[in-house]
Amino acid sequence: MSSQWQPISDLAAKVCNGELKAVDLIERALKTIHDKKEFDAVISTTEKRAREMAEKIDHDIKEGQFGGRLAGVPFVAKDNFLTFGSETTAASNILKGFKAPYQATAVERLEAEGAICVAKANLDAFAHGASTENSDFMITKNPFSKKHVPGGSSGGSAAAVILDMVPFALGSDTGGSIRLPASFCGAVGYKPTYGLVSRSGVVAMASSTDVIGPITKNVIDAAVVMDVISGKDPLDSTTINRDKQNYADFDKNISGKTIGIIDEYMGNGVDEAVREKVNAGLKILEKKGAKLLKISLPSLPLALACYYIICPAEVSSNLSRYDGQRFGFSAEEAVDVDQSFTLSRSRGFGAEAKRRIMIGSYVLSSGYYDAYYRQAQLVRTKLINETNEAFKKVDFLAGPVSPTTAFKIGQNIDDPLKMYLVDIMTVAASLTGIPAISVPVGKSNQDNMPVGLQLMAPQSMDRRLLSLAAWLESGLNEL
Amino acid sequence: MTRLTDQDILKLARLSRLSLSSDEVMRFKKEIEAILNYVEQLQKVKLDELQPSFQVNGLKNVTRPDAIVDYGYDSNVLLDNAPATKDGQIKVKRMID
Repeated sequence: MSSQWQPISDLAAKVCNGELKAVDLIERALKTIHDKKEFDAVISTTEKRAREMAEKIDHDIKEGQFGGRLAGVPFVAKDNFLTFGSETTAASNILKGFKAPYQATAVERLEAEGAICVAKANLDAFAHGASTENSDFMITKNPFSKKHVPGGSSGGSAAAVILDMVPFALGSDTGGSIRLPASFCGAVGYKPTYGLVSRSGVVAMASSTDVIGPITKNVIDAAVVMDVISGKDPLDSTTINRDKQNYADFDKNISGKTIGIIDEYMGNGVDEAVREKVNAGLKILEKKGAKLLKISLPSLPLALACYYIICPAEVSSNLSRYDGQRFGFSAEEAVDVDQSFTLSRSRGFGAEAKRRIMIGSYVLSSGYYDAYYRQAQLVRTKLINETNEAFKKVDFLAGPVSPTTAFKIGQNIDDPLKMYLVDIMTVAASLTGIPAISVPVGKSNQDNMPVGLQLMAPQSMDRRLLSLAAWLESGLNEL
Repeated sequence: MTRLTDQDILKLARLSRLSLSSDEVMRFKKEIEAILNYVEQLQKVKLDELQPSFQVNGLKNVTRPDAIVDYGYDSNVLLDNAPATKDGQIKVKRMID
């Protein structure tokens, strides 16, 4: 894909040897953000801090110090990442004006390697949504058509990358929020194994499925970012050990590897044009030496219902901290603390947050807990068992990211259930904690919008999954 | 089929510390009912002898030393985010009469 940015390792190497200046890269990113403002990909910029950091990197390199593996590389963080240099709002009115007292671990790790956050990307408020239309501030437009959504909830991040504002962006994925916008915008979107990347300093949504990961233009950049941000963090006790090998050390060949094409994801509900592109992508992998076979996970059609019990339950719990007392919007005229809670929350939260909080309260309340919440956790076990069984037969699973390409702005906004159904092919990987990636496989011959192929691997097989994606990408580039 | 009444929605709102306008009650009643009726398909599934999966990557009881770690947070920045402060502390509305 053409880009004003080179692979990020090359960019950083050139900054380190003085061929490029960090300050120039930052100016180029800020200029592109400014020039493409009408897409509403970005909520705020961190330009003052970004310029200061770039000057320091250039200065340090001149003094003979190592600038870092990502020296001077600009990036955008979804606005649910706590960062210095501008507000952190999660695109919600209740957090408007919030100044982060510390930064997300992922951002800290990127900065330690010389990467520089230049802006905060738009999202569905609190990452609740599949289109970025639920943002309390603005609706991001798809880079390929301003009438279409970019997908969500990391829609601003995906749009920023495809609009060439920056070479990479950070997103978060709870039920598909990295993969779906990557698919709709034609980007690479990587959802790592649950626990591989620290969520410290990221606004919590559903803690048992929340992961964070990169959105990029190519697989190698996603792997390099993963290598910087992965691994245990004392500030997030759900984090796991990382691969000892660099995530960008791809496997030398894929011959003999088996890919299970998921039956349940290739049926009648999928647009013909999407299926065609996905099949063409799989054929490329076959040509490279992988073996394709069909596989069925019979409980997959239950995954969405399972997710839309567990997710709102955890949302209602995580959003209980927004009470108008310590931070965020506070209703001034309240006479007592109870009224202050209720008024602050009622005015601060948008409709989707309220909906999810109330559904969560319902499925967790006594009398309904067993029938809804516990039952969903049992179905989740069934899904995990079926996934484990599948991975005894195949090395990878594959299917589309979404049954359709990007839909039109406004098309699903009045029917929350219809909007939830957009996640139908992404939630299973979230519920089971396995890594999954969206790789762009061209454009639909119906509407000329991008199509994403989803590849999945067993937990902690992240490097192997990135390798497979790189093989697919190289095959596509040879076409 | 779950049917929700206005009272059900108002009760959920109360449990969630939300107050709703009458338009919101009408809207949420319809929407939440549709969502609950969709997720109720799970109740038909037979799940004999399975255990719930609250955690998916196998970690259990992760502990750390009970010691103070200085992360260098600036308490002034923390307090700057509070709606009201007094003498370096967060001020809240009256809780006890």
